Amino acid sequence: MATAKQKNLVSFLQKIKPNGSSVTIFIPYFWLTLFFLLPFILIFFISLTQPVDFQQPPHTPIITSTENGLQLNLYFGNYQALTEDQIYILSIVNSVKIATISTLCCLLIGFPMAYGIARSPDRWRNTLLMMVILPFWTSFLIRVYAWIGILGKENGLLNGFLMWLGVIDQPLDILYSDLAVYIGIVYSYLPFMILPLYATLEKLDNTLLEAAADLGSKPTNTFFAITVPLTMPGIIAGCLLVFIPAVGEFVIPELLGDSSSPLIGQQVRSVFSYDWPMASTLAMMILLVLVVPIFIFQYLQNKQTVTK
Amino acid sequence: MSEKGKPGSPEPWRDKSSKPYIRIEHLVKKFGEFTAVNDVSLSIYKGELFSLLGGSGCGKTTLLRMLAGLEIPTSGKIFIDDVDMATVPPYERPTNMMFQSYALFPHMTVEKNIAFGLKQDGIARSLIAERVSDILDLVQMKPYAKRKPHQLSGGQRQRVALARALVKRPKLLLLDEPLGALDKRLREQTQFELMNIQEKLGITFVVVTHDQEEAMTLSTRIGVMNAGQIVQIGTPQEIYEFPGTRMVANFIGSVNIFAGRVIEDEPDYVLLHSDEANADLYISHGIACAPGAEVWVAVRPEKIVASRTAPAETRNQLKGIIKEVAYMGNLSVYLVKLETGKIVKVTMPNQVRSSENRLTWDDHVYLSWLSTSGVVLHS
Repeated sequence: MATAKQKNLVSFLQKIKPNGSSVTIFIPYFWLTLFFLLPFILIFFISLTQPVDFQQPPHTPIITSTENGLQLNLYFGNYQALTEDQIYILSIVNSVKIATISTLCCLLIGFPMAYGIARSPDRWRNTLLMMVILPFWTSFLIRVYAWIGILGKENGLLNGFLMWLGVIDQPLDILYSDLAVYIGIVYSYLPFMILPLYATLEKLDNTLLEAAADLGSKPTNTFFAITVPLTMPGIIAGCLLVFIPAVGEFVIPELLGDSSSPLIGQQVRSVFSYDWPMASTLAMMILLVLVVPIFIFQYLQNKQTVTK
Repeated sequence: MSEKGKPGSPEPWRDKSSKPYIRIEHLVKKFGEFTAVNDVSLSIYKGELFSLLGGSGCGKTTLLRMLAGLEIPTSGKIFIDDVDMATVPPYERPTNMMFQSYALFPHMTVEKNIAFGLKQDGIARSLIAERVSDILDLVQMKPYAKRKPHQLSGGQRQRVALARALVKRPKLLLLDEPLGALDKRLREQTQFELMNIQEKLGITFVVVTHDQEEAMTLSTRIGVMNAGQIVQIGTPQEIYEFPGTRMVANFIGSVNIFAGRVIEDEPDYVLLHSDEANADLYISHGIACAPGAEVWVAVRPEKIVASRTAPAETRNQLKGIIKEVAYMGNLSVYLVKLETGKIVKVTMPNQVRSSENRLTWDDHVYLSWLSTSGVVLHS
């Protein structure tokens, strides 16, 4: 009997004994749980509480102990407030709109650039790529501030230049408008569009384009029938890399945008200073807005890998 | 194979009155300092299956790509059916190409790949479907119409690529190493299929290949290329039996080459002395050359007879020892070392089954060949 038990024990231990692959898998899971899942759950629960002034943490506890044991206190008022106060919905809609248009602009500017780099002679390619990445060597904040200097109404470089040229006689009102936010976002996130596009365009087999031409396809048709479908993974990756951070962006609209119509990122930041639960609720809403495109992305990717 | 082509005029290139379908005039292509194609002039006739044969880097693919319009010639002209192709972009040329890598569109099914070219011409949907279906029958790929290229084997992909190039019924079909990726058995089978298709559709083919066997089997004529130039054009038989240079002789099949000096040169024969073979060589055609000129004599291994006893004819006779024997089934290959040290390759058919009296290692043998078998080469 004892030997049988021992055998069982040994086989049990062998089953749970860590091996190379399980350890390797464990590390990222552990990381994601600790730094993504747990904070997410925390934020989610805080969004179900009410704010309390002069207290640490500044919200009502989720679990309280009473005579009847532990009690769960869930408050859904914040989500209700979202629907009642239009400003939140409007800023979410506005954020999504600005992020969408910026992403499309990035795609329109980034695709020709990535294409040009991918088709340039080998000796130029690394230099050109380096030039795309080069701005990252300067602080993001300084680069956004620089745009104030460029777009400003008084003493702005752009207005000064255009007036010197004589194109305009009144300075343009670009700074502190949505246009300035678009410029800032497109400028800041363009490299995130170019790099994944470049990666797929560079792998695109040139003989496929030649074959299309040989079969009678004009260059524009070849572009839409061959190049675009084959670089779709890069297009999707680039769009997500721009869209997701652009939705939550608050530095660029804060510095360059019109303060009367704050974006959702700015809302979260300002609400957080006095109302943690409401800020958490807004954070959950951003997540919801972002999760939808991720699911679409995953769906498209799966479809491609299945049918490819 | 030289009897192929259009009925009535089986060898249009011999007929002065026939008009070439494709005319290439002094074509040059340079890539920077490197001259890939160097002053090539060539006429190809309707219904021909013309092969460009040469080693890698000889410029054959560049020449083909210029016909397709994928490379712009540095100088020279291309006429297809009397139209100057200089300003015609690839998508307006009456040519279709089958790429070496097949270049099938990975995101399209077999059917859509084949229909792609027809769609560009704005042909009605129903007609496209009909023609795609016909061509799929021709290359026997009907059951795979809905598959994507990565779900096909190499041979199947090759058929799709061929079908895609054929379906537009081009005036000129260009094939870049069409059978390169196939194994031997499949290659032989496809070679004959290609010939059948060519005969059935009457399309003019230009095939680029480095495989001399492929060129011999398929072609009406072969253009042998070296270093950007066409060194010889002829039917497979001409190229094999009457190579113009040592390079051509070496490239097509195997050959024994003896360096020699002209002793006598008359209209109906040449007598040379070869130090390499330490023998006088006699060829039954004149070469119009001064005595003392350095020339080479090429003799194919299968034209040489090896025997233990001396043949009656004393001309073109060498003596040597068998150093290597390779039994190939249908024939045996012997490497015979002459007294001078030169190795001569001889192939002889294995006419009898028994191995009793067969030549073997270290046999002393006489090598001889007919005075019509040797070819004198000047370079």
